[in-house]
Amino acid sequence: MSGKMILRRIALGILTLWLVSLVVFAAVIALPGDAATAILGKEATPARVAALREQLHLNESVVTQYTQWLKGILTFDFGNSAATQQPVTQLLNDRVANSAFLVFVASIVAIPLSILIGVWTAMKRDRPADHITSTITLVLAALPEFVIGICLVLIFATGLFHIFPAVSLLAPGEKAWQDPQVVVLPAATLVIAVVPYISRIMRGSMIEVLESEYVTMARLKGLPERQVIWRHAVPNAIVPAIQVTALELAWMAGGIVLVEFVFQYPGIGAALVDAVANRDIVVVQTVTMLAAAIYVFLNLAADLATIMVTPRLRTAGR
Amino acid sequence: MSTDQTVDTAVDLGLEGAIEGSAPTHEELRGHQWLWILRRSLALTRTRIGVGIVIFMVAIAVLGPLVAPHSPTEFVGAPNSGPSSNALFGADALGRDVFSRWLHGGLTVLWLSAAATAFGIILGTGVGLVAAYSRGWLDDLLMRGNDVFLSFPAIIFVLLAVTAIGPKLWLIVLTVGFTHAPRVARVMRGAGQEIVERDFIKAAEVVGEKRWRIVTGELLPNVTSPLLVEIGLRMTYSIGLVAGVSFLGFGLQPPTADWGLMIYENRLSISVQPWAVFLPVLAIGLLTVGTNLVTDGVARAAIGLDRGGES
Repeated sequence: MSGKMILRRIALGILTLWLVSLVVFAAVIALPGDAATAILGKEATPARVAALREQLHLNESVVTQYTQWLKGILTFDFGNSAATQQPVTQLLNDRVANSAFLVFVASIVAIPLSILIGVWTAMKRDRPADHITSTITLVLAALPEFVIGICLVLIFATGLFHIFPAVSLLAPGEKAWQDPQVVVLPAATLVIAVVPYISRIMRGSMIEVLESEYVTMARLKGLPERQVIWRHAVPNAIVPAIQVTALELAWMAGGIVLVEFVFQYPGIGAALVDAVANRDIVVVQTVTMLAAAIYVFLNLAADLATIMVTPRLRTAGR
Repeated sequence: MSTDQTVDTAVDLGLEGAIEGSAPTHEELRGHQWLWILRRSLALTRTRIGVGIVIFMVAIAVLGPLVAPHSPTEFVGAPNSGPSSNALFGADALGRDVFSRWLHGGLTVLWLSAAATAFGIILGTGVGLVAAYSRGWLDDLLMRGNDVFLSFPAIIFVLLAVTAIGPKLWLIVLTVGFTHAPRVARVMRGAGQEIVERDFIKAAEVVGEKRWRIVTGELLPNVTSPLLVEIGLRMTYSIGLVAGVSFLGFGLQPPTADWGLMIYENRLSISVQPWAVFLPVLAIGLLTVGTNLVTDGVARAAIGLDRGGES
């Protein structure tokens, strides 16, 4: 039963991604007039227009255009950028690595930090520390990510202090992890943007667990409080937080667009903004598909993880 | 199981507790549930602070253009020059008065966000309630479509549309609103599903009321509390998105005075003329914090109402 549930969930994910691909593909059809001319601008030479028409398969039927495009996506051959004529894979390779590094750094800070804050505020429930923290998270949760980013620039890069670089400049070919300084402020921005959400869920779920009978039981057994919290309460309280954490990680796939633009960080988000400015639809479509795939994958992973760690669901129907 | 609407709302608003107090009487509630919730939410200091901030920022956006010392496109000094008696916060990257542009720049953010929110709420509520009422294949179809559009990060969806059609304001309103719709629909469907099971819906069906009348006349008035919370949440996100798109250079176009565009135009000279970036960032931040504080209060009042209904 459980295996069937997992298979069904995976099939749903694939179906969703296929429908997403239809929407992304529709963006080409939505280009007013001739898509190739729309992308290249009116001054483009007829030869370039013809070449792009060929590349986008515009001379063929819409169905052929779509199947060709989908085939390209599935074989990681996304075509050439209309602006630079480079293959999209080559253009995005380093940038995907840089963005992945940024999100990785942000997550390994944000997730443990959120759990700590959630547990701590749950233990201090309704005391001043809890109220102050909840007000701060309410304020931070409201701020758009680029507002947080620019505030960090004003505080740590240009205005009050000059500790970190305001822009994340890297030499061509250099990777972000070779110059970790450039990742500090962008990662801090993402951390500040997601911690309020995850820590609040963690707090709520922790409060529920702390009121449960098995925690009372553990305490009555005379276990030290630290063991009650970290061995008995926290592992159970984390389960509801898995879904939210996945949603927040998926949110980062979009959040990096504005954050990378603030810091000119050389990732896919900044590449997307350049591509939109150049009306480079091939690159925009690729990045959009990538972001949607990440979202669908993380949701799937969270659902599967929830099934795995929830005994009731794991053994359902046995 | 998939992520359901309870998780979705909880992500947006980790609620810590309802406002204490007695439940409303039947008389108080009849037809004015939303008014009761709004009044109740004002019992919280946080909500009052939020309302104060929002009123203050709206006043700046609306009255600002009337009191601005200069025209938003008038040159008042050397580019990026600092504060002077003529220009209170200095001149921007093109030598225009930062303060005057700031006073002129709020209206666009406000009305674009409000329009996007209205569109997203109407579309999302419609889809959610129809799905909740119809159940069966239509419900499945609508929710599958919902999942598809949920898979796009909001900003990326807007940028995809901008690439295809161009930086048009109506497009930004439509796409920002459209990205809200699936999230609103999820919440409203969840709220509607409980109501659909109640007797008065069955009674209306027996009497032979039209489906359309049941959804708008019976279902809608009973989901006002989640609806109010959604309006507040979506408004907060709309402001961030609309300002964000302008900040990327794809929203309002020069020489318009707009908070998002101001940050875009002056971001490279942030170290020499921080005011031109700081003022609009502050305004956008205050506005979103204000709307979120109000939303938090409304959500707490709404929980109190739901609990009151149980007893």
